[in-house]
Amino acid sequence: MSAIDNDIAQNARQQHRQLRISILRYDPRDPASTPRMQEYRIEEADSMTLFIALNEIREHQDPTLQFDFVCRAGICGSSAIMVNGRPQLACRTLTRDLPNEITLAPLPFFELIGDLSVNTGKWMRGMSERLQAWLHTKEREVDICRVEERMDPDVAEQIYELDRCIECGCCVAACGTAQMRKDFVGAVGFGKIARFRLDPRDVRTDDDFYELIGDDTGVFGCMSLLACQDVCPKSLPLQTQIAFLRRKMAAQGFTSSTR
Amino acid sequence: MSHETIFIQTGLADKPRKSRWPARLDLLQSTTGLFLALFMWLHMFFVASILVSESAMWTIARFFEGYFFFGKAYSGLVSCVVGFVALAFVAHALLAVRKFPINYQQWRIVRAHTKQMRHEDSTLWIWQVYTGFLLFFLASAHLYQMFFWPEKIGPYLSSDRVWSENLWPFYIVMLLAVELHGGIGLYRLVVKWGWPNAPREALKKVKWALTGFFLVLGLASLAAYMKIGYEHRAYMGEPYTPDWVMEKEANADRGDGQ
Repeated sequence: MSAIDNDIAQNARQQHRQLRISILRYDPRDPASTPRMQEYRIEEADSMTLFIALNEIREHQDPTLQFDFVCRAGICGSSAIMVNGRPQLACRTLTRDLPNEITLAPLPFFELIGDLSVNTGKWMRGMSERLQAWLHTKEREVDICRVEERMDPDVAEQIYELDRCIECGCCVAACGTAQMRKDFVGAVGFGKIARFRLDPRDVRTDDDFYELIGDDTGVFGCMSLLACQDVCPKSLPLQTQIAFLRRKMAAQGFTSSTR
Repeated sequence: MSHETIFIQTGLADKPRKSRWPARLDLLQSTTGLFLALFMWLHMFFVASILVSESAMWTIARFFEGYFFFGKAYSGLVSCVVGFVALAFVAHALLAVRKFPINYQQWRIVRAHTKQMRHEDSTLWIWQVYTGFLLFFLASAHLYQMFFWPEKIGPYLSSDRVWSENLWPFYIVMLLAVELHGGIGLYRLVVKWGWPNAPREALKKVKWALTGFFLVLGLASLAAYMKIGYEHRAYMGEPYTPDWVMEKEANADRGDGQ
């Protein structure tokens, strides 16, 4: 027997764990529905992700189970759920890293669609509009026939680093401040402001950014609990970015008032 | 009259230009916190002078009353410092209470959140809320006492307060609250403003080491005051006078007699 055959044979003999997955079930559109935990048992498979486990449950045990996914590869950010109390992407969470008993719940803070499915998109859009999270250029109309201005590669690299945000909502779900105060901007919003602040094409100054995040629903409301940074599936440098914005916005406190 | 209040009342104060006060208040919350935490650590060293000797503690207490500058102790100087610290304390309390969970709903949700998350920095914040709340009362009482009776700071009088006046349980609780609150607060300041920019794990190690050190120092000092207070219980209310002062006074008396 070859070494590979040996491995396969050993894997087949290996006892797979029985997973007990408790899932929060609730349908907000059904007046008769009340939130409850429902337990499912499935056999773990090699390299099983929570996304695979959820699909297996839906396919073989309960077709009514609602949860979100699109890309299955940690790029779209749809599969964020609370895994044993912490926000994570289901598609990137391997069951072998979890205990036998797993508790799944929808992300708090966002509008609940049903079971594990939440409407992060609606909130993200509102946040983007509130923070005007798009490029504010000198020219109102962009001439797409003209050659773009050159950008310093280091700056481009820094912008790209922040642009990696997939708006999964984990940072907001993990934020103690956001749980208490629903109008808090959240780390995803600060990341966006930091990103456009870096961009040399954006004409906005710190005075303009202060209008967007210069109060207690913005950067001064952040209590630096930093769970955002610790749960971010993209490992974005949220702590340093928020601290940086806080310094810049605090400095705005000492500019003269125009009124 | 300024139109500002009309704008604020109608909810239009931040149009077209946002108030600069949130920035200033945030900075003030941090600076008052920094001042209080550093003051508390310095204060702990002065208190701990009792571990060196009774005379060392007496010297430091009289030093702050200007005894070595004016040849006479002016305890009012201590009251001035206490008054300033009290002002910083009230300002800090006023600014920090804005961050507290302010109703049952917020309280319930934030507790469930930290329990579920098992995230150290979030849990530490809950402890800052608990200890901060305790300090509203404990630190106020302490500052009040020190403001009105600063002359009662000394190796025997402080010990009498701790032992004969039964304040040692008060001091144990206040010590725990203040060391936890200040230590966590300083750590939070560093990560909040991003300076010094060190990994959080390392910062937290330094934080716990400092908290541990000051707790041990504080508890050892308190034990020393309790022991002195116990031994001095029969003479409660009699201040300590070092030998050299007694000699000086005796010499002065003799001089008067001649």
